[in-house]
Formats: sequence, structure tokens, C-alpha cells
Amino acid sequence: MLRNLKLQSVMPIIVLVVLVVFFTFLNPNFFSLRNFARIAIAASPFLMVTIGVTFIIIMGSIDLSMEGTVSLTAIAFCFCFLFFGGTLGSGGWIAIPVALLAGAIYGALNGFIHAKLLIPSFMSSLAMGFVGIGAAVLLTGGGIVRIDDDIFRSLLTYRIQGFPLMVYVAILFLIFGIIIQKFTVLGRNLYAIGGAEDLAAASGVPVLRTRVLAFSLAGFYYSLAGVLQVAKLGQAESVTGANLMFLSITAAVVGGVALWGAIGGVFNALIGVLIVAVINNGMVVIGLPDYLQDGVLGVLVIAAVILSTNRSNIRFVK
Amino acid sequence: MLEFKNISKEFGPVKALSNINFRVEKGEIVGLVGENGAGKSTLMKIIFGAYQADSGTILIDGRQTRFTSPRDAMANGIGMVFQEQSLIGNLSIMENIFLGREHEFRKFGLLNFQKMESAAQQQLSKVGLKVDPRMQTFDLSFAQRQLVELAKVLTLEERTSRDLVILLDEPTSVLSEDEVELLFNLVNNLRSRAAFIFVSHRLDEVISISDRVYVLKDGEMVDEVSAQDADPAKIQSKMVGREIESGYYKQDERETYNEKETILSLKNVSKENSFESVSFDLHQSEVVCLVGTEGSGREAVLRCIFGMNNPDKGQIIYFQNDKIKIRSPFEAVNNGVGYMPRERKIEGIFASMNIAENITSSQMEKYSRYGFLHLTSEQDLARDWVDRLSIKTPSISTDCGRLSGGNQQKVVLAKWRSSGAELMMLDHPTRGLDIGAKQDVYSMIREMSASGVGLIVVPDTFEEAIGLAHTIFVMKDGACVKRFAPDKERVMPIDLVAAMT
Repeated sequence: MLRNLKLQSVMPIIVLVVLVVFFTFLNPNFFSLRNFARIAIAASPFLMVTIGVTFIIIMGSIDLSMEGTVSLTAIAFCFCFLFFGGTLGSGGWIAIPVALLAGAIYGALNGFIHAKLLIPSFMSSLAMGFVGIGAAVLLTGGGIVRIDDDIFRSLLTYRIQGFPLMVYVAILFLIFGIIIQKFTVLGRNLYAIGGAEDLAAASGVPVLRTRVLAFSLAGFYYSLAGVLQVAKLGQAESVTGANLMFLSITAAVVGGVALWGAIGGVFNALIGVLIVAVINNGMVVIGLPDYLQDGVLGVLVIAAVILSTNRSNIRFVK
Repeated sequence: MLEFKNISKEFGPVKALSNINFRVEKGEIVGLVGENGAGKSTLMKIIFGAYQADSGTILIDGRQTRFTSPRDAMANGIGMVFQEQSLIGNLSIMENIFLGREHEFRKFGLLNFQKMESAAQQQLSKVGLKVDPRMQTFDLSFAQRQLVELAKVLTLEERTSRDLVILLDEPTSVLSEDEVELLFNLVNNLRSRAAFIFVSHRLDEVISISDRVYVLKDGEMVDEVSAQDADPAKIQSKMVGREIESGYYKQDERETYNEKETILSLKNVSKENSFESVSFDLHQSEVVCLVGTEGSGREAVLRCIFGMNNPDKGQIIYFQNDKIKIRSPFEAVNNGVGYMPRERKIEGIFASMNIAENITSSQMEKYSRYGFLHLTSEQDLARDWVDRLSIKTPSISTDCGRLSGGNQQKVVLAKWRSSGAELMMLDHPTRGLDIGAKQDVYSMIREMSASGVGLIVVPDTFEEAIGLAHTIFVMKDGACVKRFAPDKERVMPIDLVAAMT
């Protein structure tokens, strides 16, 4: 799964193990199936977002539209779900493909604006994120949409081996992501563009199409996160996607995905997500006061980046 | 006054320099020649303090010294004019000249630009450049920028009491003939201010300007001659280590091409600001070399053929088929047109992708179905080509960034050869390669030609053009001015030069 088996590429895994040992040492309750299930639940939507943005980062671009896309697709999902009877049994299932399709289309639009209109992805995706949040507020009128369907909520409540169903859904799409990365032309082209875009173009890689497809794929993953968030919380609102931008990009970097492209992949996203999720959970378990958690998270993230990424060849940081 | 004794430098197992002796006297112009990979740049970096020698001593006016950094070397009066120019384009000329030394113009924490301007003016007058010091450097021509760099280095005069030694790294590589002459006159006039070390692979130029010439080969100083008794042919053979035999460019493998099968036909093709009304035909198995100075439009022609730019006027007919229209590299590749750009490190290989991935990068369609890759057939292909071209690599999954230059070049060739390109364009395919790797590239050009591929090559030297080509087109100011046929007649480099100027 790792592209190069060097010490540097296993550093994120070592960091993860050290964190687990550290928190277990401070509070043995950390190392329990119950707590791991808690971490996995928190990590599931978060992992989907991180895999999505990882594809974009591999390509050497950045996508900051995740918060808006997650909120918008979560709300679209809820409305559609309620429209078709409010339960999975009655036809509410249609909401799932609708939400995923909406995410993919929104992502494609995001990619099109960036690649066709030649707007840096940083700017175009940030703007599209705000558009998404704005649309979410507009749709809900600032309120909350609830889903009370027991069958749908079984994603959270029904457990196999101690882990709820949604964790298995996330694992399924983790594998799907790895397949795209390793076994498809799209995955290969992402690395080519991230490695040397001029050369990719000179080799006949359809750069524009690949860019739009990549953002569409990312949008698809964000909408998966949207659906899982609804399963987790039982509701959607305009802030459903809040915080995911910082966390997902942080997770990708901590896991070893290089921001300048072509290095790392879906597996790194997984490790990064687990690192950040473990830090978040560990702070609660050891009883760190609420008001300190954000600050400590920031400090630990910097420490994790220092430990887990190879910066020896970087002469300038931009 | 500046002397290097028994300088050696190793990079891991590679001996880059061994026991080099080198000296520069006051006001002298010293030439340093050698093939690519001979150790010129390593020696230069040691002189300039960017590298430290593993052993040996540096003497200035007989006193032993050490440079631990370029800053250190500069304090001792050693300056360098870089080949890749080191000016920052979005800063003005004066800001570039005094970059890092702005504090000299500071008053109450603010910069006194008037003072800086007049100081810059004074530096520019040393090199005879009459431009506004407040101009941004990217508005200057290449030759002008070079003069600004020289002016920047000459600020050392005011900064140190030492005698100056200025390194010129391949200063003529992108200059026109007139500009070269101007530069040489200037350097000669500056002798009173500084000694120069002139580094180049253009032997004739080095001999014409230098007082003495050092010849480097494989990290050793193989000769030191005064310019008066310098014999170009002898130095050439010392540089290469053997007489250049007639088969150097595999001329004996140059077979006649098929005049009946036209692969490519350009009819009065024009592109604004690049070239005007260019027409020529390329036939099956033919090698066409485009010769001309930098900016004569050679590269732009290649880019138009490859669909990276679209011509304004005229017609390009591919494979005698009017229906083939190429407006993007994507369409070019799908129609069997390949292009190997100049800077292979940046444009030729994907450093972070492995050999197999690089080879199939131009033929994803062939190695996939419904968007899924055929990884096993891709690996078989890579293994096959690693064998055929004897690419030296630990395995086919080695990242190409870790291969040597020659092997990277082979990977790029494997990529285009295996994708079945019938028209191949090579932009400076041998630049930066050592002799062995160059020979491999020549063999591959012959092999491609023999299998029916038509090639357009922008060569590194005139000799290369004459040795390789069936047909040479000389380009000047965006026009095709003359045609030579070295496969049928005897062509000398001087003929090409005459046509170019």
C-alpha cells in the first residue's frame, strides 16, 4: 500500500502507536473496545472527507469546499429522505444515490470553475465552500432537519463485533478509494499531474478532464461524509460540515500526503485520520478541560507533522 | 594570486574531482573546458564556496584559506555569474544588484531609493549597460540580464579589498553571435578590475577569449595549455579521451529514407512572434535537424506540431491525412506523435513515479479497460524495455527520480517507442549527458529511424546535427532559411553558421 517502504513512510504509523500507548498510559480505559468504537464513529465521516481531499492534494491542488459540500449534501439527503416517506423502507433509500450524485455534481462544478476558468483551486474551492454553506442556510432557513428513521439510524445503532455499521460502510469506501488510486487511469493520472503537470499534458493526459473528475470524486466522498454525519447525528443543518476543513487537511498532511502533490495516498489519509481522531478522543478520555482542547489539538498536530513528515529536502516553505 | 592545490571531492562512491591543481593570476582570463559530467560544475562550486573540498588547499596570495560558504568566498573577492540566471524577475534592477545589502541604503529604517539608484547606476556603467535601474528585470533581454548579473558581482570591488575573481558559467550558451562578441569585449576591458574564469563546453570560444585553458576529464585535470598554442583538435581529443572517430554519431547506420512516404508536411505555417511561413516535409525514416540560435523559432515549431500551440496561419498535414487535426498534446499522442521536451528532469520524467508508470504514461488507453489499469501487462512491457535498452535499475518499480540522467532518458525513449509513435520530436535529447549516454541516444535515434519513424531533432551542437541528420533546416529569426542534406553532400559546421548569421 505504501509507495515506498522507507522509515519515513512508516513514521505516521509509529506516531499513531505512540499516541495510543501515551493515552493508554494516562488512562487505561482508553484501550477498550468501547472507546475504539467511539473513535471509529467519530472518524468515519471524517475519513470520507479526508480521502476526498487527498485525491486533490495528490494532484497538487487543494480543495477547501468540503464544509459547504458536506452540509449541502447532508441537507439534500434529509429533504429527499423525508420527501420519499421519511423511512428507508418506504423509498427513502432513493435519498442516498441522490445525495451522492449531488455531491459528485457539486464537486465537478467546483473542478470546472477551477480548471476551465483558470482560477487557483485554493480560491475557487474556498468560494464554492461558502456557496455551499449559503445554499444550506437558504434551504433550511437556518433551522435543523431531523431524521428519526430507526432503520436508517441502524447505521449507528446496529453493531457488528462492537463497531456500528457506518464504520463498515466507511471501510468499504476506503477500499474503493484505494482501488481508484492504484488500479484506475484516473488514479494514475492524478499522480502524473501532481508530479509534473506540463509533462502529463505532453504525454497526452487529458488534464482538464482529469481535474474535473478528481474534484467530482472528492465531492462524492464529501457527500458520503454528509450521509454518515446524518446517520451519526440524526439531523442536518448548515453547520453539519463545520471543522472538517482544518481536520481533514491536517489529517492528510499528518498521514504523509505531501501538499505539493504526487506523494502519499488513501492509506496515508487513513493513518492521518486515526492520528487526529485519537488525539481528539484521548484529550476527552484523560479529562482535559473543554476550553483547552482546541489549543492542545493545534500543538499536537504540529508535533505530529514534525514527527511524521519528511521535510529534509524542503528548502523553502510557502 | 588564487590557487587551488590537490583538490579532491567525493560524493559517496563517486570521485567527482581528484587532485585538481588550478590557479588564476591577477587580471587573467582562464578557460575551463570539459565534457558534461567532467567535473566542471563541482570544481566551480568549490571555488565559489558552495561545496567544500574533501582534501587539498586553497591559497590566496600565498596564504592558506578556507571558504565555508559562498558568502565567505565573496568576502574573499570571488564572485559568480550563474548559468541559470539568479536575478529575481519581479524586482527592479537596483533591488537585484543590492539584494541582501539593503541596509547600506537604510535611513531611519526606511530605504533611500535615490541613493540606491545612483549606486546602481554606477555599477551598471562598469558593464556599459544603459538602462533605468528601476526597471523590473524580467523586462530585460537575456543578454541584458547577464550584464546586470555581472554588475551585481562587480559590487564586490567596493566590498572587499581583495582582487576579484569572477566565474562565468556557460555565459554564451543562450547568446547570439553579436552578443557573444560584446560580452567578450566587455570581459577583456574588465581585466583591470578582475580576473575571470570562463567555463564552457564551446572550445572555440574558450580558446578565443582565454589566456590559459584547463581541460577537465572525468574529474581530473588532463591538460593545461596557453591559448596561443592551443590546438582545438588536440584539446577535443583530451576532453573526450580519444580521437573522435567518424562513427561517433553512428553515421554508418544512417540509412536512406523513404522519399515517397511523407509523414508530416508543413505548408507556410506561421505563429505570431515565433516563426513565419515555415514549410518542410518529413518522410518515413528521415531524421530532420532544426538548427538555429536560441529564439530562432525551432522549439516553437515543435510545439505547434505537437498541438501545444496552434498555428495562426498555414497548414500542418499529418501522415498524408487531411482529416487528422491536432489541437492538443492529447490528440497528438493519440495520433502517434511523440515529443521529448528539453529539460528531462522537469519535463521528461515523472520523478516520483516508477519506470513502468512512466513508460505507460503516454498510452493509458492501451493499458486500461473501462478506466481500470492492466498492471501485469504494464509490468511486462516495462521489463521488456528495461532489457531492450539495458536500463540500469534495481527494479521496474524504482522511482525514476533515482535513476541516472542517461537512464532517465532511456525511460523517456522507451515510453515513446513502446507507444508506437510514428513521428517523434526530440528537443536537445543529449543535453547534459555523458558520452556513453549520448551514444545510447544516437543508437536509439538510428533504431527508431530504421523502424520507419520520422524524427525531428533540435540538436545540441552543429556536429551532432551533421552527424545525425538526413536533412538539416537552418532557422533564423523565425524563418527556414536554408536546407542541407548531410547524407548526400559534405556539410561543415561553418556552413551552418554562415546560414544562421
